[in-house]
Amino acid sequence: MAINPKKHEMPTQAPEVRAHNFDEVALGYTPQIAEQEAARCLHCKNQPCVQGCPVNIRIPDFIAQIKEKNYEEAYRIITQSSSLPAVCGRVCPQESQCESKCTLGIKFEPVGIGRLERFVADWHNEHGAKAQERPAENGHKVAVVGSGPSGLTCAGDLAKKGYQVSVFEALHTAGGVLVYGIPEFRLPKRIVAKEVDTLEELGVDVQTNVVIGKTLTIDELFSMGYEAVFVGSGAGLPNFMGIPGESLKGVYSANEFLTRSNLMKAYRDNPDTPIMKGGTVAVVGGGNVAMDAARTALRLGAEHVYIVYRRSMQELPARKEEVEHAMEEGIDFRLLTNPVEILGYDNPDDRRDPKNGFVTGIKCVKMELGEPDARGRRRPVAIEGSEFVLDVDTVVISIGTSPNPLIKNTTEGLDVNDHGGIIVTEDGLTSREGVYAGGDAVTGAATVISAMGAGKVAAKAIDEYLMKK
Amino acid sequence: MYRIASKKSLNPTVTQMEIEAPLVAAKAKPGQFIILRVTPDGERIPLTVAGCDTQKGTVKIIFQIVGGTTALLNHKQEGEYLQDFVGPLGVPTKTEGIRKVCIIGGGVGCAIALPVAEEFHRLGAEVTSIIGFRNRDLLILEDEFRACSDRLTVMTDDGSYAREGNVTVPLKEMLEAGETFDTIITIGPLIMMKFVVLTAKPFNVPVTVSMNPIMIDGTGMCGGCRLTLHQNGKNVTKFACVDGPDFNGYEVDFDEAMSRGRMYADFERHAYEETCNLFKKV
Repeated sequence: MAINPKKHEMPTQAPEVRAHNFDEVALGYTPQIAEQEAARCLHCKNQPCVQGCPVNIRIPDFIAQIKEKNYEEAYRIITQSSSLPAVCGRVCPQESQCESKCTLGIKFEPVGIGRLERFVADWHNEHGAKAQERPAENGHKVAVVGSGPSGLTCAGDLAKKGYQVSVFEALHTAGGVLVYGIPEFRLPKRIVAKEVDTLEELGVDVQTNVVIGKTLTIDELFSMGYEAVFVGSGAGLPNFMGIPGESLKGVYSANEFLTRSNLMKAYRDNPDTPIMKGGTVAVVGGGNVAMDAARTALRLGAEHVYIVYRRSMQELPARKEEVEHAMEEGIDFRLLTNPVEILGYDNPDDRRDPKNGFVTGIKCVKMELGEPDARGRRRPVAIEGSEFVLDVDTVVISIGTSPNPLIKNTTEGLDVNDHGGIIVTEDGLTSREGVYAGGDAVTGAATVISAMGAGKVAAKAIDEYLMKK
Repeated sequence: MYRIASKKSLNPTVTQMEIEAPLVAAKAKPGQFIILRVTPDGERIPLTVAGCDTQKGTVKIIFQIVGGTTALLNHKQEGEYLQDFVGPLGVPTKTEGIRKVCIIGGGVGCAIALPVAEEFHRLGAEVTSIIGFRNRDLLILEDEFRACSDRLTVMTDDGSYAREGNVTVPLKEMLEAGETFDTIITIGPLIMMKFVVLTAKPFNVPVTVSMNPIMIDGTGMCGGCRLTLHQNGKNVTKFACVDGPDFNGYEVDFDEAMSRGRMYADFERHAYEETCNLFKKV
């Protein structure tokens, strides 16, 4: 049988429909499509895809089980390596990881590994056997700081080995960036809640409303009997551009805009938490977070949404699929464009005019690409005299974050680098004995799967450390 | 869930509650704040800690009923529960090296100023307090301030109680009479704090202001609470939740903070009216 050169299409909501709702965009493979896609796998001997996966899921093995319709067994294989399959199947950048290594991809499109992973996880969540076996306790206590992807992974791996794990979350809901950052239409919150439930079934104790560094310190966790601590506190404060007008009303960081919508449910009718809806919106930045913010603004009722990015499409760091989805939905990409000032309403005759201080526009300058910088990316240079104004009501700044200082400031002997990221060894060990770290708190803003990979590495190292002790 | 251990009305628009939250009570220092949610889908609101009882494990909060969430909170009774209560957040008020302090509170801000005054009193500093209210009906905590202050001046805008005028009047008199302070700490409406700074400026007295901007997470993630400081001729963005809430009053851009504080004024008014109507129907 000839191999189908293309990946089976992911069924999605039509762009004109989904642009107005918060339901998930991608609907998932049916069993029939999944089996056909699984049949494309060549089962090559050297399994390059496994090397491309940060948590080394045994990809060809689970795909083989899909072919045999043994979905539950496929799920079991995935969960040996990954604690959050339904999440990763949705938000991993497979095109630059497992799928980029796929042998089939040399000639054709690679196998849709991410889509198959998602199919298996969703099938399990709907039909699978419920209660997992709770492992026998080994009598050791470990604390995990933060319930995002790295923390949940680390907690899950340790719980499976019999550790008594407590996860401390600062916010009122567990999930970290999966809950406050990634929107419902890309990762439904019931899926995150389900993954957290699964960990709780394993015996993990999740405590919300505890800010480590404030409510309790790392040192206090040790005196409470925890023998090791994993810090997965995530990225921190949003960066701003330092241009005039960033404090006008209607200027948000992407973190604030997305938190209001995702965590605080401002997208619903009659929310308790307000958010500016409608009008014209400019999102500054080109990462996945910028795409999420732009598509959220659209769904909140914006008439027009711009992405303003200073380099070209080639350098745009967001996932290709997200960019394509955004374009299909009508997001207007203004590339090689850089904001220089945010403009606001100002009525000099009436200081009490309620419109005063609200955003009216964003002044930008056109850019061209100059010489490559140290990382090989061509540096954007402003074209003189090319200033122009986009009329907008809301501006969302999505140009990255700097690590959160709370833990660093309250943990003596914890070394951080110039950017404020916690310094760790290959095993995730920090400069403090028994304290491990991973995810954005170490690397700065990165991907869900790389954070999971770090949580996994640290869990292994913590296990070795405590077993030796 | 966090139990309401006690509830007391201080005036028609200001309520005091003690909330059972032992971890927070064990840690909170004057100047720090908490964030709470009343209901499962509720808004997160920051409130400054008005005191703690480490024995009982309770945290005292004092709030003014201004919007939907505070109206809802005020409807909760002793023995009922709050959905979420997290803290202590922010940096405690600096007390080291201060022997002589002037505490200036305005309106419900006095609830936050009180634990600061009490702390200085406990540390043996000389405490001069000035507290101001719009009128007699809104007066709160006068006895408590008297107990921890070496000198107390009470002001009402309309003269319906004590002295007439705003808090800057006695401050200016004292400074003009040659009185000195190691620092002035002021907590209250932005416009009041702005004028306290302007009043103190000619006399070169340091002024610490307590900022209370719109906030969501309160842990240094969202950036909603940002404010601009003018430091050495440069504009610097700071975050009230992790860098504050106390700031050098001479550096804060008050006009910007006031403008940002009104971002959701319409929404708030709506939410407040809706919540009130809801309770009327019940």
